[in-house]
Amino acid sequence: MINLETPKKHRALIDQAHQVAMNMLRPISRKYDRAEHSYPKELDMLAAMIDGLSESGASEGAGATGVRRDEKKDDGSVKNGSNLASVMSVAEMCWGDVGLLLSMPRQGLGNSAIASVANDEQLERFKGTWAAMAITEPGVGSDSANITTTATLDGDHYVINGEKIYVTSGERADSVVVWATLDRSLGRAAIKSFVVEKGTPGMRVERLEHKLGIRASDTAVIIFEDCRVPAENLLGSPEVDVKQGFAGAMATFDNTRPLVAAMAVGCARASLDLTRDLLAQAGVEVDYDRPGVLQSAAAARFLQLEADWEAAQLLTMQAAWMADNRKPNSLEASMAKAKAGRVGSDVTLGCVELCGTLGYSENELLEKWARDSKILDIFEGTQQIQQLIVARRLLGLTSTQLR
Amino acid sequence: MSLPNSLRPGGRNGLARKESRDPIGYAVAALNVVAQSDLIDRLGLRKRAEQAVFTSTRGGFSALGAASRTFARRGKKGEPGVRVPAATPKGLFDLTPTEDEQMLVDVVGEFATEVVRPAAAEADEACRAPEALLKGSLEIGLPILGVPEQLGGISEERSAMAATLVAEALAKGDMGLAVAALAPGAVATALSLWGTDAQQATYLPAFTGDDVPAAALALAEPAVLFDVLRPSTTAVRDGDGFVLTGTKSAVPRGDDAELFVIGAALDGKPALFLVESSTTGLRVEADPSMGVRAATLSQLHLDEVRVPADALLGAADGTTYTEAVRLSRLAWCALAIGTAQAVLDYVTPYVKEREAFGEPIAHRQSVAFMVANIAIELQSMRLVTYKAASRAAQGEDFTREVALARNLCAAKGMQIGLDGVQLLGGHGFVKEHPVERWYRDLRALGVMEGGVLV
Repeated sequence: MINLETPKKHRALIDQAHQVAMNMLRPISRKYDRAEHSYPKELDMLAAMIDGLSESGASEGAGATGVRRDEKKDDGSVKNGSNLASVMSVAEMCWGDVGLLLSMPRQGLGNSAIASVANDEQLERFKGTWAAMAITEPGVGSDSANITTTATLDGDHYVINGEKIYVTSGERADSVVVWATLDRSLGRAAIKSFVVEKGTPGMRVERLEHKLGIRASDTAVIIFEDCRVPAENLLGSPEVDVKQGFAGAMATFDNTRPLVAAMAVGCARASLDLTRDLLAQAGVEVDYDRPGVLQSAAAARFLQLEADWEAAQLLTMQAAWMADNRKPNSLEASMAKAKAGRVGSDVTLGCVELCGTLGYSENELLEKWARDSKILDIFEGTQQIQQLIVARRLLGLTSTQLR
Repeated sequence: MSLPNSLRPGGRNGLARKESRDPIGYAVAALNVVAQSDLIDRLGLRKRAEQAVFTSTRGGFSALGAASRTFARRGKKGEPGVRVPAATPKGLFDLTPTEDEQMLVDVVGEFATEVVRPAAAEADEACRAPEALLKGSLEIGLPILGVPEQLGGISEERSAMAATLVAEALAKGDMGLAVAALAPGAVATALSLWGTDAQQATYLPAFTGDDVPAAALALAEPAVLFDVLRPSTTAVRDGDGFVLTGTKSAVPRGDDAELFVIGAALDGKPALFLVESSTTGLRVEADPSMGVRAATLSQLHLDEVRVPADALLGAADGTTYTEAVRLSRLAWCALAIGTAQAVLDYVTPYVKEREAFGEPIAHRQSVAFMVANIAIELQSMRLVTYKAASRAAQGEDFTREVALARNLCAAKGMQIGLDGVQLLGGHGFVKEHPVERWYRDLRALGVMEGGVLV
């Protein structure tokens, strides 16, 4: 039965996340936007609380840990599981603050990668670690198949060499999931991910970036120089399967893209909520029964932003719902990310415009959300990469036909 | 054609009122008039000119309303009619239609592919849906989708979701024909939702029988910045009944509709009235428009149309009327989704076959990304519309959701129509391909009120 309401079983979790976002993240939101690179110590307390909640079973999939497709038997019934719970609670937390959500201990994108591709033994061994994700290199962005960081087997260790940039939580995390190639001549099939624990000799944080937004989150440049990693830290299978190609590594994205889409949805809703209130104080109320052309330009613009936002939210929920129900969702994940990414920018920038200098000033958070949202249309695959993926799937074209 | 009349520029030939003619302008205009009449007579083209005038008004008519059958008065006046319960949600986020809904969609989808699409181009040209097609639409049960089982229909619970899926599937064949086929169902559903026992007993048997009447929900009016919640058509209490005066526009099946549900302001509040087509004072005029032409769009002129007291359908306080407006907008969203899907399905193979510079144009990002965006926005339209529809079916407030759906479907639907033509280039502009029709049809979104309802 078609129903697109928030699942009943997740409502308590979402309310909880909302209270945390409102009472923990918002009060320190501006503080860590200004104090870039200083560690939000308040988050340790929050992480402990979230751990406590999940231990008690009161919380389900509060973050990036909930994206693994479990192997339980499928009885054919429709499920609302951890994927849906994750995107909805991540959106709620990002309504609070995207940068702080990204800084949340043990909720890194690397954790998502581990959850997606690790075997059961690794899953157990890396339980509780806070893992950052290192893919991008100075010369390699969206074309991640061309990475130059190498991993060479030497006895029971891999030796990693290369430079990684834009590593979110790269300095704070306990470990880094790094993408490296076993053999550059074998192309994307040879790219594997490795868990490198903090303090491993040969790995060092070179510097932290100064950024447009999500300044609460540290973004590191990490250098690997003859960094020796135990062979059993290679996630998944060490075999280079040319036929399977990139699929293993890319599977992570099917899970993380809806999460990033959810971040955009949450951040944009923060802007919409506040703007709606500010407009109402200025005497502009949106009338849903009247089309935009019969209302003030501000109300019409708001209607359009809200309509696009609603679509982004539902596309995100669709992608997560499909994962919960074990339907292949690469296409829908990319559609959600593409839509939510651009809607995130349109909404947050539009709200600044609607609110004038009030929105532009640091006295309000609107300008901050308009800066934070930009990265969400870039990382985990830019707008253009998502469109490429969607187009290739729809048109049945390969990456050599549609480049 | 009188010379002075044709020289007054404002309000004619698409000219704004501030346009004025200078001496050269007058000379050119005069020459134009002379040239026309001269040319016609000199070349003996009078007959052909007349033919052209005839052709341009083809599908045009101005007549009293179609002779309506006698709807025998039955049932208890003022007693509430039969109502179906709202659908009960399971509390799960779910995008799977029920088995019944899926069955309906399969049947209607096949009808759209096999019958509707092949008839679309000709029906668009003729401003009329083929008889056989309309008969077929009755056989698959379109008019009784929203009628309670108890009254001979097929609805066991609120059918807004099912009707949304059906409208989408039908419009994938053709939007104009979909509107023509769904118009009677809009009236039957309205009677089911708001009719009194008497109104249901009087009118619904005709819809559930073998000889289903054409019927139409008339809400729009030909006015700039028309606000559907403030119709200028009025209903004035007079003795035991009401007197209706005003003009309605974009009314489907105006030529053969036997029963109308007409929106009019009563004591300053909008309300719905049942008007039989043969009522004195009702005149129907063809109103061929940019698109949705197969639906025989018409204007209804109401000149002191007198209707009895029980012609009022639903509440007089504006609530019934407002709900009808929302449910109608929902139906238009569903139609837009179907048509936009038709565009996507058409351009996808086309861009892979069409070659330029030695390879399929699909290999170019500028082309491929347009197709990707059509798919992304189409799914956006679909999900937002489904959310509104499922809330309506569950008896939840869906004011906000349907407003967002309409906003999105108007903007993105039109963009999809536009891109559909653009992707075919010059081929998209000619009638050899259906994309130009979809372009015209999709402009109906954001313009239309009434006509269809889920």
